[in-house]
Amino acid sequence: MTHGEVTAGTTHVVPHHFDSPEQAFEASKLGIWLFLVTEILLFGGLFVVYIIFRALYPEMFHEASHHLNKVLGGINTVVLICSSLTMALAVDRTRQNDSPKANQYMLMTLFFAACFMIIKYVEYSHKFHEGLLPGANFTFEAIQHPKTPLFFSLYFMMTGLHGIHVLAGMGLITWVLWRSNKGQFSSAYYTPVELVGIYWHLVDLIWIYLFPLLYLIG
Amino acid sequence: MSSHATTYVSFLEAEKGFKSWLTTLDHKRIGLMYMATSMIFFMIGGIFATLVRLELMFPGQTIMSAGTYNKFFTYHGAIMIFMFIIPIIPAALGNFFLPIMIGAKDVAFPRLNLASYYIFIAGASFAVLALMLKGADTGWTFYTPYSIRSGTSVVLVALGVFIMGFSGILTGLNFMTTVHKLRAPGMTFHRMPLFVWAIYATAIIQVLATPVIGITTLLLIMERVLGIGFFDPALGGDPVLFQHFFWFYSHPAVYIMILPAMGIISEVIPVFSRKHIFGYHAIAYSSLAIAFISFVVWGHHMFVSSQSDLANMLFSFLTMFVAVPTAIKVFNWTATMYKGSISLKTPMLYALSFLFMFTIGGLTGLFLAALSVDVHLHDTYFVVAHFHYVMMGGTVMGLLAGLHYWWPKMFGKMYPEIAGKISWALIFIGFNLTFLTQFFVGYLGMPRRYYDYPVQYTSWNIASTIGSWFLFAGFLLMLIYFVKSLFFGKRVAEAANPWGGKTLEWQIPSPPPMHNFAETPHVTGRPYEYGVAKL
Ligand SMILES: [Cu+2]
Repeated sequence: MTHGEVTAGTTHVVPHHFDSPEQAFEASKLGIWLFLVTEILLFGGLFVVYIIFRALYPEMFHEASHHLNKVLGGINTVVLICSSLTMALAVDRTRQNDSPKANQYMLMTLFFAACFMIIKYVEYSHKFHEGLLPGANFTFEAIQHPKTPLFFSLYFMMTGLHGIHVLAGMGLITWVLWRSNKGQFSSAYYTPVELVGIYWHLVDLIWIYLFPLLYLIG
Repeated sequence: MSSHATTYVSFLEAEKGFKSWLTTLDHKRIGLMYMATSMIFFMIGGIFATLVRLELMFPGQTIMSAGTYNKFFTYHGAIMIFMFIIPIIPAALGNFFLPIMIGAKDVAFPRLNLASYYIFIAGASFAVLALMLKGADTGWTFYTPYSIRSGTSVVLVALGVFIMGFSGILTGLNFMTTVHKLRAPGMTFHRMPLFVWAIYATAIIQVLATPVIGITTLLLIMERVLGIGFFDPALGGDPVLFQHFFWFYSHPAVYIMILPAMGIISEVIPVFSRKHIFGYHAIAYSSLAIAFISFVVWGHHMFVSSQSDLANMLFSFLTMFVAVPTAIKVFNWTATMYKGSISLKTPMLYALSFLFMFTIGGLTGLFLAALSVDVHLHDTYFVVAHFHYVMMGGTVMGLLAGLHYWWPKMFGKMYPEIAGKISWALIFIGFNLTFLTQFFVGYLGMPRRYYDYPVQYTSWNIASTIGSWFLFAGFLLMLIYFVKSLFFGKRVAEAANPWGGKTLEWQIPSPPPMHNFAETPHVTGRPYEYGVAKL
């Protein structure tokens, strides 16, 4: 990449196969939106499993849901929504050439994400303790319905896959924070911040669906 | 590196050394790396196929035990599907030609493109590792509950499939973005070559269907590791649910395999008939139609697995619809050849074989889509023959047409025409001998996958096995002349356009320079303007 054009104000070089920075930005945006579609389809499989088993065993879902911690789940929902806000603000600040402020917002996003994972950890260890485990490992005895393990399989699969996405998002935010701190972004070039932001909102959005479907149906 | 120099350096010579290949961001080199990798898997899968056929030559044990046979047919299926036929045309030829054909210098995300390749290698390594450890004996479909209980390395194979799927998603996403954002000035959607349309439709399926196999294999892994029970009747789950999940991806995947081959046929037929393609728009949009319909027919794989009668009828009905856009393509290709001056070079021979064998594959697909007939033919060799006519008679013939057609473009070397025709004849005869017989033996009731069979099927099986030897010889000859042509082949002239192609890739030197075009081309016309006085 020796002969791209250098955009004003940053060290970023537009890759040689693009004609303009706008084209490069547009392509990246389309790319991330397509990626989000694939993410939704990935989770879509789990939602289908959820719909089928809930339709088959509604009273079991009702009963099992009571054994999830609504308060911690609710706090986590608020925490993630806050993290989405700070991420959006970080993107906005970068676009306004205010990197120091953007870095602060990204740090706050990371903090909220970490809170989410810690609360998740507390919830998980509680479930482990009680024997509310997926499928074959289920040992909890207070629920009578024989299909109850399926609910906890779903709970762990859905929140587990989501948790992995939160961790991936934390890694990505750390990466853009590191780059932003080196002064690589400005109003002329902030594609990575924008893309990570879009991804982070999806991670948030998935949780917004998981929370009522798992915690609030009791 | 000046792209405006008058003496040009091809992408093959622009950088030297093994490392320059492994770290390249050039879509052409990445395409060739995919091609080499998938072709090696094709050879391995082909050897397993030959061994399976050899075992089936006579009833009872011929050369291997029943357990080995189960593993070998699983290896054949899994390798051919996931490591050869899905990636070979889009990721290899598509990578190489899609950007050039729309006048772009590269795909939208070159780094992601290289990453997809390594992700593919990582996934394939897991699968190969599994084969070297305990193998797998589930067939390529991993049906539960057997795949949950099988003592073989199902987790590793499933993990490999999951990772390779991720690679396919990234490739599809890259291609879709490239088509939307990187077309040269004047290259409108309706001026794109039909190969690009086909790859675009394929990319849509890759993006929309592959995540579902991702979650399916993930759940299967969790089924074995944690015992989550979704697919396990012993834990309250539903094994048929697995089949729904699996085929929701794997039926559209059939079109990931065939659509790109149809794209190649749409390129080869007008060039070797010296005619404008007949029904450009019909062919272009039928690709999208096939992609769309492919998502609503998966239940035709499950007619006898306790699906409701209503679902069966709907899926049967919808499946028949696939025949419409497919037939539109076949008729348009045929009409393109009408009154053309046809030149029977090797690529065209393969394109014609495609028409012939794919039509048989497609029509027998209608037999199987019809409920009553399917109940009789389900899980017999009739099904095996049907999908080999589609996959090998269709996709592989299309691939070979494209490989010969673009060989001088990719390497600047010509393949030997006579050897090419001999090899084509061996493959054509061998293929039909191997699989036409299987229609009959399947109709007579021989079930698929079994190690042994009653004596009355012996003569059909002997014929089929002999056919596989022809195929083996044909491909061996092809391997030899392709490799030989790389080193000793006749160098085509720099500006060579040996077939008189009108699409953009033929307007640049062979092999193409590093960044394809010295200057961004401005497109003013449609891609197949034969008999039109300009250009
Ligand atoms: Cu199908």
